[in-house]
Amino acid sequence: MSDLPFLLILMVLPLVAGFGLLAVPEDRHDLIRRITLGVSLVVLVLAVFMTVAFEPSGPRFQFVQSYSWIPDFGVRFALGVDGIALVMILLIGLLVPVVIGASWNEGADAGRGTGKTGSMRTFFAWLLILEALLIGVFAATDIFLFYVFFEAMLVPMYFLIGSFGGPRRQYAAVKFFLYSLVGGLVMLASVIGLYVVSANEIGQGTFAFDALRQISIDPDLQKLLFLGFFIAFAIKAPLVPFHTWLPDAGAEAPIGGAVLLVGVLDKVGTFGFLRYCLPLFPDASRAFAPAILVLAVLGILYGALLAMGQTDMKRLVAYTSIAHFGFIALGVFAFTTQAGTGAVLYMVNHGISTGALFLIVGMLISRGKSRTIGDYGGVSSVTPLLAGAFLLAGLSSLALPGTNSFVSEFLVLLGSFGPYPVFSILATVGIILAALYILLMYQRTMHGPIKPAVGGFKDLNKREMAYLSPLLALIIVLGVYPKPLLDIITPAVNATMADVGAEGSTAQAGNGGDD
Amino acid sequence: MPDLSAPSISYVGLAPVLIVLAAACLGVLIEAFAPRHLRWNVQVALALLGTVGALVAVVLVAGRNELTAARAVAVDGTALFLEGTIAALGALSILMFAERALDPAKSAFVASAALPVGSSADRKLAAAPYSQTEVFPLASFAIGGMMLFAASNNLLVMFVALEVLSLPLYLICGMARRRRLLSQESAVKYFLLGSFASAFFLYGLALIYGFSGSVDLGEIRESAARSGSSDALFVTGLALLIVGLLFKAGIAPFHAWTPDVYQGAPTPVTALMAACTKVAAFGAILRLLYVGFGTSEWTWRPLIYSIAIVSMVVGAILGITQTDVKRMLAYSSIAHAGFLLVGVIALGDAATAGRGLSSTLFYLLTYGLTTVGGFAVVTLVRDGDGEATHLSKWAGLASRSPLTAAVMTLFLLGLAGLPLTSGFTGKFAVFRAAIDDGAWPLVVIALLASAIAAFFYLRLVVLMYFSPPAEDGPTVGVPGLPTTIVLAVTAAATLILGLAPNAVLDLAEQAAVLVG
Repeated sequence: MSDLPFLLILMVLPLVAGFGLLAVPEDRHDLIRRITLGVSLVVLVLAVFMTVAFEPSGPRFQFVQSYSWIPDFGVRFALGVDGIALVMILLIGLLVPVVIGASWNEGADAGRGTGKTGSMRTFFAWLLILEALLIGVFAATDIFLFYVFFEAMLVPMYFLIGSFGGPRRQYAAVKFFLYSLVGGLVMLASVIGLYVVSANEIGQGTFAFDALRQISIDPDLQKLLFLGFFIAFAIKAPLVPFHTWLPDAGAEAPIGGAVLLVGVLDKVGTFGFLRYCLPLFPDASRAFAPAILVLAVLGILYGALLAMGQTDMKRLVAYTSIAHFGFIALGVFAFTTQAGTGAVLYMVNHGISTGALFLIVGMLISRGKSRTIGDYGGVSSVTPLLAGAFLLAGLSSLALPGTNSFVSEFLVLLGSFGPYPVFSILATVGIILAALYILLMYQRTMHGPIKPAVGGFKDLNKREMAYLSPLLALIIVLGVYPKPLLDIITPAVNATMADVGAEGSTAQAGNGGDD
Repeated sequence: MPDLSAPSISYVGLAPVLIVLAAACLGVLIEAFAPRHLRWNVQVALALLGTVGALVAVVLVAGRNELTAARAVAVDGTALFLEGTIAALGALSILMFAERALDPAKSAFVASAALPVGSSADRKLAAAPYSQTEVFPLASFAIGGMMLFAASNNLLVMFVALEVLSLPLYLICGMARRRRLLSQESAVKYFLLGSFASAFFLYGLALIYGFSGSVDLGEIRESAARSGSSDALFVTGLALLIVGLLFKAGIAPFHAWTPDVYQGAPTPVTALMAACTKVAAFGAILRLLYVGFGTSEWTWRPLIYSIAIVSMVVGAILGITQTDVKRMLAYSSIAHAGFLLVGVIALGDAATAGRGLSSTLFYLLTYGLTTVGGFAVVTLVRDGDGEATHLSKWAGLASRSPLTAAVMTLFLLGLAGLPLTSGFTGKFAVFRAAIDDGAWPLVVIALLASAIAAFFYLRLVVLMYFSPPAEDGPTVGVPGLPTTIVLAVTAAATLILGLAPNAVLDLAEQAAVLVG
């Protein structure tokens, strides 16, 4: 079964289906969402099969495929996954059907005085195209191809935010696009630079990751090239001070778009740190690591403080993500396998817990028609199920032991304490702040006297339960038994840390969950 | 004085240019002798025959590398590639000229250009279903001149070609059916500034002749190599020649005419100017710099380097402030001219004519096709006054005509250089060549300029898709066959050259030969 061109199918299927949707009449809403859901479930099943077929102890890149694309540029359509990319693709496979469930009626009311300009068909078409491109970003092993997907995936997200978002959607969409585009273009300079370096080093220009990993680059040049990649990924992730687009985009995006934006799309940034910055520019990575760690810790504290000050629930969740991305960056640049493994696991867990949090906030907003925390109160006595789900997702977001995020946060802190005790301790303060902002939001919306608007709320319906339950279940399951994921992630992180020449990169890691 | 025997001329090598010019001459005769009701169809057929015939001739002639007509005209890879590009883009523009379904009066051109605007005769003819068919032979002359311009290996021939391409353009700029005053104003502006540019070029030519005793590019190169290139005559002459060419190519700081003329001219003519004239001017720039001044690289390199920066930055930043689609595309073309100069910088020295040349050729093709497509979409969006070019009119276009908006978005993303479109492939090729050549600071600036320029392309997308339609918005015309062909060809090219550019990249690579 491992001979199947999994990655190609995973990309082509949603892409073809996305364009195919345009052939379906616009008013056949039921048909449109069934096709979309069906396709995304097939993708999920295939992704699960692929994970089962993946051999953690096997070669670094598996399911490798390579086709000639633009030989004049030395570009190949080369795909392959290591453990890190694999779990991210699995996360995409999981989140997309969930998002479809949450966006079941998105665009159904187009043009009826809502001011929104997109139809349901375009929403789901963009969603499927986005899924294909996201899988491509993680599956590409040719840097040119990676860049192409990195930029191309902006287009569907841009339309998702701009056509289906909140009142300031135009501003948010353009801001999102331009920030990412600037980062991408800076990266393009480095990508071309790498090509030229490879042409000088091995006589023939190439974009193949494996070949580029092995050439040695002059340390000064490394720093320049590193910065090109780093700025792009730091904007994408986003790290403070490149983060200002995220609260706008996160708050204005439709709920489904926000889940994918924060859950997956932004992870391309932290994934990029691990996949490209560290192995390709080990000297520069080590040189810049202290500065980046400062940004990471700043992000943890600053994101948490700002989250506390928000009155808009979606913005609040977006700011919590900035804090969480700080944790991930801390794990990546601490250069220990433990911290790196924790960071990758964090990427998955954050997708699940923040995804759930966004979805639940979206349910509240769809009931109360307001994003402001102050408009809610006493919700838990009207809709106990919703409140319970909110609590669970919130606890996961603040990394309570027993939930999934605890394992990853613990690994990151543990792994970074050795080389950087100060940063690790400062980051711990972020956990306390996280407890504050999550519990305060929970308390203000769920407890207290029942606000008049809240009285008529209905509790979770079957559809909502259906798409929420997988995430909630995973919060518990991965909190108790993260070993399967760790087994996949650890070898890949080990290899990355070996590339960067980190000390103790062969040390055993990933036992955090078994304690 | 040597004997005055006629030089040998390779008519086969010159066939592409000759075919277009022959079609133009025939067109003039038809104008004189054919009855009015036949003229339109015959002229359209003839002009198309000329340009498409030239394209076919280019394909047949391809592979030659020689100088002909006493070294005055080059028939080499670069010349033929550019001639082919101009002929193809010219044919597409002619198709836009020939569109009859969009304007209620059946044509974008005026019924009688000589009538004063607003006179009673003019008003009477405002809705007359015929127009000046002279535009077709005029356009053919311009296209023929452009092809010669890109191939001339001799400053005098280059100057003659410059005039042959410019004079007809001045005329047809002023022949719009709608907003005639604006159109005539643009023609006068173009003429006045264009004459200055011609004068600059001519003066530069005279100085260079004074320096080297020849107008032949090869001999100029040799005398520059012989006597060094710091001679005042030489440097001044070189600078004046470059100024003349930069003006034609619409490169900042010699761009002032571009927005006004692009806005005022009939949109098919704007497409012709934005695509073909730019290709021709860059052909001349490449040949002048690499053949004529190939050994005095360090005299012009700093100049081109800084002008590239100015053009990219001016185009990108001023583009943001525009409120008219055609002006916006004009500034976009100024920015793109800067990107093209990045490719010109990247050639290195003439001896190792390498990637810079082929990537510039490729970029010219992709840019030309996408730009023609963009202007073709502009002709579709109309209100009672003709084309609705004000940006606010485009609000909500996607809900009125999803296909038009989608095609325009494709062109805009292509111009912005997003991956999977031809614009990205072109930019990548040019930037790679420049970094290869060590010009990475220029590339970084170019990338930042692309990001700025992306803003105004995006703004139009935002308007079309994310804004509710305006109450008294424009209608989207149903294009006739000619414009449909233009849109289909350019949209397909924008996609294909982004997804699978290899064949054309190879072609450009093979064509990157300059003789002389």
